[in-house]
Amino acid sequence: MNAIETRALRKVYPAPAVKKRRGAPAPPAPPSSGIVAIDSLDLTVADGEFFGVLGPNGAGKTTLIGILTTRVRITAGEAVVAGANVATQPAGVRRRIGVVPQRPNPDRSLSVIENLVFHATYFGIARAEATRRGHELLERLGIADKVNAKVDQLSGGQQQRLMIARALTHDPSVIFLDEPTVGLDPQARLSLWEILRELHRQGKTIVMSTHYMEEADQLCDRLAIIDQGKLLALDTPVALKAQAPGDTVVEVTFDDDASVAADVARAMDGVSKAEARGPLLRVFSKRGGELIPALIDAGEAHGRVVRDIHLSRPSLETLFITLTGRKLT
Amino acid sequence: MTIETLAPVAPSRVFAAILLRDLTVARRELPYFLVRTALQPILFVVVFGFLLPKMGMIPHGYSTTMLPGVVALSLTLSAIQSVALPMMQDFGFTKEIEDRLLSPVPIQLVAVEKVVAGVLQGIVAALFVLPVARLIMGPIPGLSFGNAPLLLAVTVLGGAAFSAGGLYLGTGIAPQQIGLMFSVIVAPMIMFGCTYYPWAGLDHVPVMKWLVLINPLVYVSEGMRAALTPGQPHMPIALILVALVLLTALFMWMGLRAFDKRAMS
Repeated sequence: MNAIETRALRKVYPAPAVKKRRGAPAPPAPPSSGIVAIDSLDLTVADGEFFGVLGPNGAGKTTLIGILTTRVRITAGEAVVAGANVATQPAGVRRRIGVVPQRPNPDRSLSVIENLVFHATYFGIARAEATRRGHELLERLGIADKVNAKVDQLSGGQQQRLMIARALTHDPSVIFLDEPTVGLDPQARLSLWEILRELHRQGKTIVMSTHYMEEADQLCDRLAIIDQGKLLALDTPVALKAQAPGDTVVEVTFDDDASVAADVARAMDGVSKAEARGPLLRVFSKRGGELIPALIDAGEAHGRVVRDIHLSRPSLETLFITLTGRKLT
Repeated sequence: MTIETLAPVAPSRVFAAILLRDLTVARRELPYFLVRTALQPILFVVVFGFLLPKMGMIPHGYSTTMLPGVVALSLTLSAIQSVALPMMQDFGFTKEIEDRLLSPVPIQLVAVEKVVAGVLQGIVAALFVLPVARLIMGPIPGLSFGNAPLLLAVTVLGGAAFSAGGLYLGTGIAPQQIGLMFSVIVAPMIMFGCTYYPWAGLDHVPVMKWLVLINPLVYVSEGMRAALTPGQPHMPIALILVALVLLTALFMWMGLRAFDKRAMS
């Protein structure tokens, strides 16, 4: 059985969208058409799968998770989560899912354990059982010493764990995490990864959005790369990396328009593609770093000064740049 | 796969759990809550029900007119604030309400729960102010608790109308405009709410008498007058009750619409 199925999913926000970052950046279409955040998206996530949604800010990740967690209305198409339709049976969906938000939003009027106990009772779980589960979850997530603490006394990482504990109190079959590691220090991030791996081993379906390549690569069984609401690629991390062009991407930023340097670069030996985006020169080549002196010369010959140089080896990152023309972060 | 057989949770159970959460939090914040909502009515009582009569500037019988108004004011102010302020915070900044919006019930039930919690908090404020006002003002001629059903009806309907109004204000108005809301809507509402004078008294200013009818507080004040001091002139009871039912329905409809817009994008 599939945990999630979407068919021709589409979400258009009204034109003067308040949250601009969720939509595509300023489309040239007439303003009356609105902002397309998700565009004809077909996705299937299998039961027990660790599924990643990868894309830059504004790609539509948060909107997609919002739709699947019944918090964003569908414009067209259909989505079924854990056997229930998000548009017609939202309460049924909510019964079966756990959601970890992008920014921790604990109930600040309640203590740590009360956050878990009350949340469980919102799902019809009796108080005694809710309390037992709450203590068990705090233990499992390593914040048992904070049981009676106020939420404000927790660090960012601890609050994120509390959010995961809360998402698990009613034993959901599908867990959604929207960029769960943003703002966490590296250590907290690694320990969160461990928690997620453990949940995956227990057979939970996990859907996680992220804009960190490494995170997606390390954790996910399959990855959907989306940008501007469209699905660009969907496969296992290994297969996606194999699709990545064998070229290294060299990016040189000049102080002014880079197109003159791009013309020179195209003629260079071993360059498969060169493009200029304003002052940014992007060159795809197997020769990689060897090209750098020549590229600098090409710019300087036209009076440009180099501001920045960046090298990306063949990876999900370069695949992403090839697919979308922009970087993830 | 067990999820197919998962029984739906009874909405009444979820509703009770969410209400218990709000009441738990409200009980903890009771002192602040009372200061926030009861202080203003009590200060009015001190000045108009104690100081001015002592100075002989206001006749002693005035306390009979004023008491129902002060009870109405405490009820409505606390009902409106108990819903509007948390809504504004939850949707505007903290997003704390999200965990309840993810509970397995229609989201409108979460809004209805807020309104019910607001009514209960309004009743607590009114029950607090009533004896305090009596203490400050001394014996109140004509005060009677004989018409308990009417008192209950006015309290619940008045609380519900204002609690639902709080839902609309808390979800439909931008947080930046909260200050404006209090000075442009709430302050005139208090002054022209027949709290400190009976509606019949406006016979002397006929234009005002008709104008104030758009003010929902008028019906709660007059209702309290009819219930607590039946000897005083007041609006016909049927008119009061019909107006309160209609206002509750209207504000509830507006509030649920605005809530829905904020809760779902």
